[in-house]
Amino acid sequence: MSLEYENDGALHAKLIEEVLSQYPDKAAKRRKKHLSIAKSGDEAGGESEILSECDVKSNIKSIPGVMTIRGCAYAGSKGVVWGPVKDMVHISHGPVGCGQYSWSQRRNYYVGTTGIDTFGTMQFTSDFQEKDIVFGGDKKLEQIIDEIEMLFPLNNGITVQSECPIGLIGDDTEAVSRKKAKEYGKTIVPVRCEGFRGVSQSLGHHIANDAIRDWVFDKKDVEFEAGAYDVNVIGDYNIGGDAWASRILLEEIGLRVVGNWSGDATLAEIERAPKAKLNLIHCYRSMNYICRHMEEKYGVAWMEYNFFGPSQIETSLRNIAKHFGPEIEEKTEKVIAKYRPLVDAVISKYRPRLEGNTVMLYVGGLRPRHVITAYEDLGMVIVGTGYEFGHNDDYQRTGHYVKNGTLIYDDVTGYELEKFIEGVRPNLVGSGIKEKYPVQKMGIPFRQMHSWDYSGPYHGYDGFAIFARDVDLAINNPVWDLYQAPWKERPPSGRAIAAE
Amino acid sequence: MPQSAEKILDHAPLFREPEYRQMLAEKKLHFECPHPDQIVTDQGEFTKTWEYREKNLAREALVINPAKACQPLGAVFAAAGFERTMSFVHGSQGCVAYYRSHLSRHFKEPASAVSSSMTEDAAVFGGLKNLVDGLANTYQLYDPKMIAVSTTCMAEVIGDDLHSFIQNAKDENSVPRDFDVPFAHTPAFVGSHIDGYDGMLKGILEHFWKGQQRTETKGSINVIPGFDGFCVGNNRELKRLLDMMGVSYTFIQDASDQFDTPSDGEYRMYDGGTKIEEVRGALDAEATLSLQHYNTRKTLDYCGQVGQATASFHYPLGVQATDELLMKVSAISGKEIPEAIRLERGRLIDAMADSQSWLHGKKYAIYGDPDFVYAMARFVMETGGEPTHCLATNGTSAWEAELKELLASSPFGKDAQVWAGKDLWAMRSLLFTEPVDLLIGNSYGKYLERDTGTPLIRLTFPIFDRHHHHRFALMGYQGGLRVLTTILDKIFDKLDRETSQTGVTDYSYDLTR
Repeated sequence: MSLEYENDGALHAKLIEEVLSQYPDKAAKRRKKHLSIAKSGDEAGGESEILSECDVKSNIKSIPGVMTIRGCAYAGSKGVVWGPVKDMVHISHGPVGCGQYSWSQRRNYYVGTTGIDTFGTMQFTSDFQEKDIVFGGDKKLEQIIDEIEMLFPLNNGITVQSECPIGLIGDDTEAVSRKKAKEYGKTIVPVRCEGFRGVSQSLGHHIANDAIRDWVFDKKDVEFEAGAYDVNVIGDYNIGGDAWASRILLEEIGLRVVGNWSGDATLAEIERAPKAKLNLIHCYRSMNYICRHMEEKYGVAWMEYNFFGPSQIETSLRNIAKHFGPEIEEKTEKVIAKYRPLVDAVISKYRPRLEGNTVMLYVGGLRPRHVITAYEDLGMVIVGTGYEFGHNDDYQRTGHYVKNGTLIYDDVTGYELEKFIEGVRPNLVGSGIKEKYPVQKMGIPFRQMHSWDYSGPYHGYDGFAIFARDVDLAINNPVWDLYQAPWKERPPSGRAIAAE
Repeated sequence: MPQSAEKILDHAPLFREPEYRQMLAEKKLHFECPHPDQIVTDQGEFTKTWEYREKNLAREALVINPAKACQPLGAVFAAAGFERTMSFVHGSQGCVAYYRSHLSRHFKEPASAVSSSMTEDAAVFGGLKNLVDGLANTYQLYDPKMIAVSTTCMAEVIGDDLHSFIQNAKDENSVPRDFDVPFAHTPAFVGSHIDGYDGMLKGILEHFWKGQQRTETKGSINVIPGFDGFCVGNNRELKRLLDMMGVSYTFIQDASDQFDTPSDGEYRMYDGGTKIEEVRGALDAEATLSLQHYNTRKTLDYCGQVGQATASFHYPLGVQATDELLMKVSAISGKEIPEAIRLERGRLIDAMADSQSWLHGKKYAIYGDPDFVYAMARFVMETGGEPTHCLATNGTSAWEAELKELLASSPFGKDAQVWAGKDLWAMRSLLFTEPVDLLIGNSYGKYLERDTGTPLIRLTFPIFDRHHHHRFALMGYQGGLRVLTTILDKIFDKLDRETSQTGVTDYSYDLTR
């Protein structure tokens, strides 16, 4: 149900020109390469038609002083990849702040007894003091591991998430990890995700993937009876329960999800992953590395899929089923048919309330492209999108989603985003907590697209209903019509629509 | 199929539906390799014991669920209290994303700050180039009146020198030579966010006051609030009181408007804050008062060095603490405390008297920054409550001694214990072994509430999971009324919940309490 539309490329080109004119020359020259307008692609046809080309530079250093929205490698490892592994203790190794600010903020849902056999919403830190910087923290790390073993004996492993100072003072967290792993007979994973490494969260994902390869795979005999329909879900962090709303569908079509990385995951699910038949990757950006490794080393095939919105869910389910043959394909058609009434009901309820509304996105990982069709399923139009930490291959993939004339911004700065939003005046912005309040002050509805604004799940059919409801309540709330004091200007005619 | 378009289930009810329950149970059984239930239960019970508490409190290296953040957060907050000031944090960029998110999540407001975005090459060669380019970009893009520079631990470990770097940047015309770029070194591995606040504030005062001639204006007062998540409500309340007294004062570091901008269609990157001219003029004040002693130790020393009289308070909240503040202000300014304020005081006392029977003898655990904990313990004792556990992860031995002295001064403090440097996992053991009626802290306390069943009252930064509390004052007599009401609501809500079983406790479910 692809929506046909084209965006105002001329307006977008003018906006880009305007923001660039405000920078010092050197910075303008650098920023220019990150901003563009999607152009109609030459390649057409095939299964996944390329709609446009999004030609921007990406994955390079942010410019100092411009208010990049990016995070760091630690955020990519502890915050994204490792943090959700629930039965391991993740030590934020270094000063107190990094662990404190990332504590419980990503909404990686899990089931377990927190503090006893699961540790997801806890903040373990080595709370580095000056003496640790001067004399090194390796001894302290040893003692920390001892204390973890004493107080949390049911942990199934430990990771050491290095913060900036660790790499600078030359601590040998690998040696400590090796020694203590031997002593306790447990998996201990040092992750060299110091925040200054790389240019964004992205290198942290890569380093975290490599740590799985180097410190988890092939370290233990994994007793597991593999089945013909075993799959791993890779790159679903179970934000607001996303992975659960996905798993239920995969199980319904007859697959066995033997591991979910890394939302609601246990170490066991990571260890056995190479025994699966297929890796299903949702967040390509953060976990493609380990999928490529599993393909090369263990022959596990991988494929990308998209569980946002019914159009993509159907296509993805069919693609996944094709991999397993007629039996699964048949079940898949039944599942699609089963959910069709729900999809139709959600769309007929919300599409009339949202039709034609414009959306600007600025997110990380997979979402700047993956969520586009979900909005379009509701009749909405994507006018701009961009990645915090995307690479060239992300922008290539984005071409399959965005329409001609769409405004594309890589590693956008606070200034640019504000000016773009002001110039475009979309009906909705989907971005993060740092962007939420400035946008709302302008009177533009906003949804956080990292945390689902404390809602979710948004994956799967169950999630799509929630997504549609959330978009509706954001756009159609009456507060947006109250911004102007009536004695200053005539209030706009009511456009809010009461919830049904 | 649990979901329907008519009644859309959110995550909480959705995952309680039978389909999901079964799915999760099977996931656990077949794929998670869990510990046997009995072992988990036993360990859970063990964590409630004195034996576990002793092990837990004996920890020397591991910190779990601390109630403190790192220095630069305090520096960024401090800078937000000055007119059109942009925080520039020199070091890794991820840190700045964290500070901004952390402040936004609490205030539900924009929080601006920029980074010099240092990466591996800067770790080797130093971050001078990043600072030089960064200041130029910030100056041009964000049109600030002042750029306040602080540091992340990366820049501190490699030893970047802000003073000479900023000089260099000015030599290279990143910003005009006379543009104000105060700075503070704020290593995350020393102290906590309250020290970062102190450092940045001192840096700003030094920048404007150093080498200037001071001509004392008798009776004029500077007020420094300290790191305060309730600055929006508190600062406005304090200014109201000072205005009522007719005092000549400068509120130094006032983030109340910055973190409470209106929604009227315009995004204000900067709003309110102490004007730069006011900061310059504040040198001439007769005295500087700090509302949070442990947030401003270095700053107050500096104020003393320039010749000002100084005095500090511990988050003046409740009756006697407010009395002391007002009397001090009165003594310095020569202005009398007006009758209207005396009546306000009387109204707070009136409310406390009305409710005293519900508060007398209640036991509390209190945690947060040192001055806040001191203040709450004091107010709790004024209501006849007993502050059983007083914990500050960033509390020093000096704080411990001072608080113990306060507790010893009241019969309600005789059983109180002070826990300096301990964290919230230690608090968990304390609440299991020596339970209390109420827990006062911030949003992180919700895990303690869940695990131990102790009702949590959110009264200090950060509050992420309740909205708008920070917009109301806690300080002063009016603030005391707010704190009192908040505590009472928690008590009454609990009582109602515990007596609301029809056919069982109809008798205690009183209409009037």
